[in-house]
Amino acid sequence: MSAALDPTRTTAPFDVESIRADFPILHQDINGKPLAYLDNAASSQHPQIVIDSMSHYYERDHANVHRGVHTLSQRATDAFEAARENVRRFINARSTKEVIFVRGTTEAVNLVAASFARPGLRPGDEILISWLEHHANIVPWQLLAGQTGAVLKVIPITPAGEVDFAAFEQLIGPRTKLLALAHVSNALGTIVPVERFIAVARKHGVPVLLDGAQAIPHSKIDVQALGCDFYCFSGHKLCGPTGIGVLYGREAILEAMPPWQGGGDMILSVSFKGTTYNQLPWKFEAGTPDIAGVIGLGTAVQYLEGIGMDRIAAYEHTLLEYATERLTTIPGLRIIGTAPRKAAVISFALEGIHPHDIGTILDVEGVAIRTGHHCAMPVMEFYGVPATARASFAFYNTRAEVDRLVAALLKARDYLT
Amino acid sequence: MTLMDLKDLYRDVIVDHNRKPRNFGPMVAPDAHADGHNPLCGDRLTIYVSLDGDKVKEAKFEGSGCAISVASASLLTEAVKGKSVAEVDKLYGEVHELLTKRDTAPSPGLGKLAALSGVHEFPARVKCASLCWHTLNAALHPPQAAVAAPISTE
Repeated sequence: MSAALDPTRTTAPFDVESIRADFPILHQDINGKPLAYLDNAASSQHPQIVIDSMSHYYERDHANVHRGVHTLSQRATDAFEAARENVRRFINARSTKEVIFVRGTTEAVNLVAASFARPGLRPGDEILISWLEHHANIVPWQLLAGQTGAVLKVIPITPAGEVDFAAFEQLIGPRTKLLALAHVSNALGTIVPVERFIAVARKHGVPVLLDGAQAIPHSKIDVQALGCDFYCFSGHKLCGPTGIGVLYGREAILEAMPPWQGGGDMILSVSFKGTTYNQLPWKFEAGTPDIAGVIGLGTAVQYLEGIGMDRIAAYEHTLLEYATERLTTIPGLRIIGTAPRKAAVISFALEGIHPHDIGTILDVEGVAIRTGHHCAMPVMEFYGVPATARASFAFYNTRAEVDRLVAALLKARDYLT
Repeated sequence: MTLMDLKDLYRDVIVDHNRKPRNFGPMVAPDAHADGHNPLCGDRLTIYVSLDGDKVKEAKFEGSGCAISVASASLLTEAVKGKSVAEVDKLYGEVHELLTKRDTAPSPGLGKLAALSGVHEFPARVKCASLCWHTLNAALHPPQAAVAAPISTE
């Protein structure tokens, strides 16, 4: 077992320097200054062990999965299915039948829209989302509404950036066929108390989909404890590769759903008289999958377990508190999204300076942040801004990097105000 | 690799035109106008032109955007004043070259617009500087009605 998967790490004090040593990309200069990577909500970086697992697969084990009797095909299949078990354990699903590999959160939501929601929707039925959603949890439902005559209802948010629970209780009703909610807001960092929403949805018999793309990197996710029907997330937000993600679904619901895409791997037998579909989870995995991506994701979740999600959450919270305190000392800086419970994401505006100029000036200083609408244009509209600057932290970030963010912002003020 | 230098991008002229945009505001009864939008960053601006025969009598703009986009639009309104449409078209081509081509000396006809020469070192910002020029081009050369409105309820 490599040092990076050493289970004793979970009991040792949180040693950020030893964790940083696992991430080769962090050790480089950008424009002559050490990289401070604070754009983790857009995409996180990869520990060497994840990169190695994918290289090893390509160098030694590559073949197609579920198809051949030869050794390489068996190795590839074993590695692929072992990764599924890693993911099952990571989110505490009951069975690997409930873990469907998809391209990412976006594809997971689209799969549920097409295969779960669409067949039963009648004109006037309602899909309930919140004002906080990422476009990936808005547009698939708009498309669906256009196709079926269903109506998209939006739960408002409060000025602090919390989903308005009282309004939700008013909006949910007999026509509601699905509640689709972000677990954590990508634009603001708000942690949505989804347990309360799920409890109400249960009373109304409304199934619940959670967009977990931003929640899963920051805390321990237990899909059974949450009690949701679907949980969607992307590999690249939690130190895994891009192009791979997971749809968790309750087995009974997935069993009842028709296949989404047709093709190889999702069938047991095909004739021109008819086709018998494969069992779960393969029923929803048509075509040759992203095998290396799945292996990389399986390694990533193992790596995170080795550190411990609770320790990651606790460390990131201290970073969030420190960054919030330091940023509020900057004259003219306004934090957008001030919910009491937040993941380590800070959106902000700096008076008199457009976020794009902030992004450029910070980049020259080696500090990488995101600027723009964060694929959450309704959130921007709510706050009356075209864009924000957003710093988002991972467990490999440091207080020193927060200090560099603050220094670079002060420099931006000097330049442009 | 040469290091990116903020002073190349945010030159004094740019900073000054961002702080105090020239010819900023609406124009009553313009002879030509067009809206520009950069959906990626949310920049929006409107360019207004009044014409005297073939010559630009006055150009104004309004909207919001980053320092590069505001300064570029402000510089544009000064640069095109008194020029014929053909001269503006030529300038449009020269600005495009300035923003996108490396290692070319700014054309002498650019005047103050040469301050934008640092933008090409920052590829993500080229669109910010060119938005106003594309918008002006659309105002002076509006597409044919059939093209501009391909969808009709008639």
